[in-house]
Amino acid sequence: MTGKIDVRLDLNGHRTAVRALPTRRLSDLLRNELRLTGTKVGCDAGDCGACTVLLDGAPVCACLVPVAQVTGRSVTTVEGLSDGSLSRLQHAFLRHGAAQCGICTPGMLVAAAALLETTPRPTMAEAAQALGGVLCRCTGYRKILSAVCDSWRDPPPAAQPQAGCAIGTRLERLDGVPKVNGTDIFGADAWPENSLVVHAIRSRYHHAAFELGDIAAWHGARPGIVAIFSAADIPGRNRFGVIPPFADQPALAESVARFRGEAIVLIAGEPDAMATLDTTDFPIDWTVLPHTLEPQAALAAEAPRLHDDRPGNILIEGAVRRGDTQAALASSAHVAQGAVETPYGEHAYIEPEAGAAWLEDDTLVIQACTQAPYMDRDDTAALLDLPPDRVRIIPTATGGGFGSKLDISLQPLIGLVALKTGRPARMVYSRTDSMAATTKRHPAHMRARIATDDQGRITAMHFTGDFNTGPYASWGPTVANRVPVHASGPYCTPNYHATARAIHTNGAISGAFRGFGVPQATILQELLYDDLALANGLDRLEFRRRNAYRDGDVTVTGQTLRAGVGIGKCLDALAPHWTRALGDAEAANHRAGGEHRRGVGIASCWYGCGNTALPNPSTIKLGLTNAGDLILHQGATDIGQGSNTVITQICADALGLPISSFQLLGGDTAMTPDAGKTSASRQTYVSGKAAELAGRALRAAILRHANVTEAAVLALHGAVLTVADGGAARAIDLVSFEPDADGFVFRAEESYDPPTTPLDANGQGDPYAVYGYGAQMVELAVDVALGTVKLLKITAAHDLGRVINPTLAEGQIEGGIAQGIGLALMEEYIPGRTENLHDYLIPTIGDVPEIETILIEEPDPEGPFGAKGLGEHALIPTAPAILNAIKDATNARITTLPALPHRVRDAIVAARSKT
Amino acid sequence: MEYGRPTELDEALALLAGGRRTILAGGTDLYPAIAAAALPGDILDIGAIAGLRGIVEGAEAWRIGAGTTWTDLARATLPAAFNALKQAALEIGSVQIQNTATIVGNLCNASPAADGVPALLILDAQLELQSAEKTRHLPLKDFILGVRKTARRSNELVTAIVLPKRAVSGRSDFQKLGARRYLVISIAMVAARIAVEDDRISEAALAIGSCSAVAQRLSSLESDLVGRRIGPALAEHICAAAVATHVAPIADIRGSAEYRTHAAAELLRRAVANAAGTA
Repeated sequence: MTGKIDVRLDLNGHRTAVRALPTRRLSDLLRNELRLTGTKVGCDAGDCGACTVLLDGAPVCACLVPVAQVTGRSVTTVEGLSDGSLSRLQHAFLRHGAAQCGICTPGMLVAAAALLETTPRPTMAEAAQALGGVLCRCTGYRKILSAVCDSWRDPPPAAQPQAGCAIGTRLERLDGVPKVNGTDIFGADAWPENSLVVHAIRSRYHHAAFELGDIAAWHGARPGIVAIFSAADIPGRNRFGVIPPFADQPALAESVARFRGEAIVLIAGEPDAMATLDTTDFPIDWTVLPHTLEPQAALAAEAPRLHDDRPGNILIEGAVRRGDTQAALASSAHVAQGAVETPYGEHAYIEPEAGAAWLEDDTLVIQACTQAPYMDRDDTAALLDLPPDRVRIIPTATGGGFGSKLDISLQPLIGLVALKTGRPARMVYSRTDSMAATTKRHPAHMRARIATDDQGRITAMHFTGDFNTGPYASWGPTVANRVPVHASGPYCTPNYHATARAIHTNGAISGAFRGFGVPQATILQELLYDDLALANGLDRLEFRRRNAYRDGDVTVTGQTLRAGVGIGKCLDALAPHWTRALGDAEAANHRAGGEHRRGVGIASCWYGCGNTALPNPSTIKLGLTNAGDLILHQGATDIGQGSNTVITQICADALGLPISSFQLLGGDTAMTPDAGKTSASRQTYVSGKAAELAGRALRAAILRHANVTEAAVLALHGAVLTVADGGAARAIDLVSFEPDADGFVFRAEESYDPPTTPLDANGQGDPYAVYGYGAQMVELAVDVALGTVKLLKITAAHDLGRVINPTLAEGQIEGGIAQGIGLALMEEYIPGRTENLHDYLIPTIGDVPEIETILIEEPDPEGPFGAKGLGEHALIPTAPAILNAIKDATNARITTLPALPHRVRDAIVAARSKT
Repeated sequence: MEYGRPTELDEALALLAGGRRTILAGGTDLYPAIAAAALPGDILDIGAIAGLRGIVEGAEAWRIGAGTTWTDLARATLPAAFNALKQAALEIGSVQIQNTATIVGNLCNASPAADGVPALLILDAQLELQSAEKTRHLPLKDFILGVRKTARRSNELVTAIVLPKRAVSGRSDFQKLGARRYLVISIAMVAARIAVEDDRISEAALAIGSCSAVAQRLSSLESDLVGRRIGPALAEHICAAAVATHVAPIADIRGSAEYRTHAAAELLRRAVANAAGTA
């Protein structure tokens, strides 16, 4: 037979009939035909499991199932797991914080439901086996395992904190229910009827000139293709970038493609035509040009220059200098030196970039996943030659970001199609496009020397790093500036000289990825600290405690840390675990011989929250309507980390009304003020502070109106606001008020910008107003014959200043650790080679060990209620702690990451040959 | 584009006689290879053919039908010689993949990293290929010719894997090496089947995958082991040099050639120890 067939199936208990191509992917039918978008697509290759559905009760990847094969069978999707209310499993996911961004959650839930059908009270091992085929990039899996194993329980009542008591509560995510019942709307989940489908043709070469051929003829032969656009069609300035002075990236390349994956041409067409479109014969004449993929090659005199105004292919160099480093190194008792190389890292969020664009009157509306709606608006407006207020960004739920969804991706592309054709346009990046075209963690080549006196005190550090920033600037300048500020670690380093260069190559674009280069630099610093501890005859934890910053210390940038320095407490908290772990490892190594060696490693982090020595404001608005609705304009984009919940908890306690009174309005740029980007571990601190100020301001306005003291207690019942002060209570009937243009009768809008100072030529100044601290300890076993590493336990102590939500904080730590495990042991992006999730490996549920989290509260005087940022901190210590534990176990020093089995094995052999 | 989903084998063979078609079973290798929402070209979907799914013990041989999934195999009650294959079944992709992917599909896809091949090589697996004209049998080692290349003719369907009972003896073990726990392409994997009589190895079958274009049996090492007393001393006979005579690993992102050879020898030592019951 040819053409479509009748498919009859039992779908979530309903007999369903549909006509479809027999080999159409079931996932595509469910989402695009039946509009059951709870089933997510992350890879179309069976690598991520996000599309898991039950076929006759057995979990399968819907992306690999032809619809013809489901005829006469039953299919259960996430929408079919519960009937209106939530199942115990879904409740358990909420209670345990098992859903962060929520993009993997449907797949996890469906796979778990199959397990629970036969095994209602599974062990952790049984749960891991059942969920091994679903990837999660946010949670580190531990809370998912806990939720599945605890799902037999009837849900206890959820926390409902009283007014003023929200902070510190294990509140379930306020945006959690749609994430567990499949109704949350991500970038690919909503589009206007009649939308065109947009596809980009991209460069297959690292560097090539091109000319477009007879496009009109190609177009003419393909009915259903509506429009084809190239750089010449872009009405505005075809240069964008997250840091405006460095904006250098075209939305569509103009005559030269500078990296593999760069968009050249857009094709927009009707869905049916696009579904089977073959672009292999699209007329482009390519002339391949010489390329460089490594900074060393790019620095060579004969290397092709990527940008005329950037000699030597050097984008920027950042430096911090303090004291006399050379003299101190020369005169110190002990010096350790070394070099470390790290590869490109891919964010591998399970949601590829996706969104839709349409025109509303003369406004271009773009609804897409993002970390930075206002930056999207401004960059897109400039590219399309529109005033910013004629571009409206509506952020969808974002299925993971980790830094890469700070940069615009498809926003200008679908915007251009909508603008030029007048029709709505939608685009979903394939996994390959997502991996090839969007930013990466900077590969780093780093060298350092660190010295101590004969008392084990750090005297000096010299650090140089070359960071491969790829063809366009993106966040290269930020990495070059952040790394020198942080490369000392949270340790007193009186003499210090650190430089970091961002160097252009034709590799993938490097941008922001959880830590802006600091995780790479910390690997080298913490490796050398182990060497120095050994040289000084000191226990490795004791060596770190001896050098850790304390209140009143002066940092490498000359900033005096007046209060809130929590690294000492973090290390102290690990001490008993450290002693226990060293004993366990020694005993195990004594017992076993031969193939498996146990080891323990430790590393620390510090990390400045917010932009480095640059303005970084957030604005939060809230108001009370005359109907008694308390509306929080929550513009701090929640990409899974929990800002919807945390910002509300802070605001609620500042205002003095319970969480249950709040209604949230998202980061729609037409409705909500700019709360800045979700980046640099800044939302809890910066937007949280703005939320605190706004909450207090609203409270003050109400108290002023009621003419009562600060001690007054507020309560909201329907449209009646009660203000009780001492024995007297006054009821304010909101209905009687005349609302303002926003519908508010009481309102507040407050901004907060961290007090920082610019860095001088030597990198001296106060680049951040708040720092967060942490330390982690890793226990592992190395199979010395094979070079494989089995993680046994990670103990993480992090100073949050004030814990706003312990469940979400643990989730950030566990998720950061999982990414740190990937960085240490398996992740290596190679342009053109690992553009999928089976060659680019991220940790699975079987790769993250038990994690014990210790939350430390050393309040910061600047943060809201003392709080500090956490998002990036959690990833930084993990990789160096793992590498130090491998060294402890085997004496093998890994200096080229990731520590794949063959590299570990080689290092073990090398270490043996030295002894 | 034509799609056929016959319910009878004869019908399927007739369709194949009519011209080249992509054969669709579990789909787990076909869909990852395309970007589109539907498979292109002419398709023969064998999922509805009666009698193609299942594992049957015959008088002379065991027979694994072409529709049999890895989950079917993992759940079947089988002799200890199948242990390696059952262990492999649980390491293929994920539960989701195992539920739809077929064992025969794993062979027809002819990936050097196919986890099913070593475990079937040690069982002297033969493939039953049927066309409208005739049925023929090919040893597995002669079926997979190279990377993504098999001896199947375009008018043929692989209808079953046939495992002669003389090879279904002793106990087997499978060892897989990857850079993460689940859903991982093997750096190397091995299967070993050992039969023991009076504390001595009476029969040895060893195979290595992911270390050459096609997984290999290690015939000389097998003969070297036969007659040896089981025990820790066996390990010294299974060295990288012995392995290197049979395989030619490549260096790639997952490991160097030297490492693969070394690791394969180590995996073999462990598999032999497990299969011989001396681990």
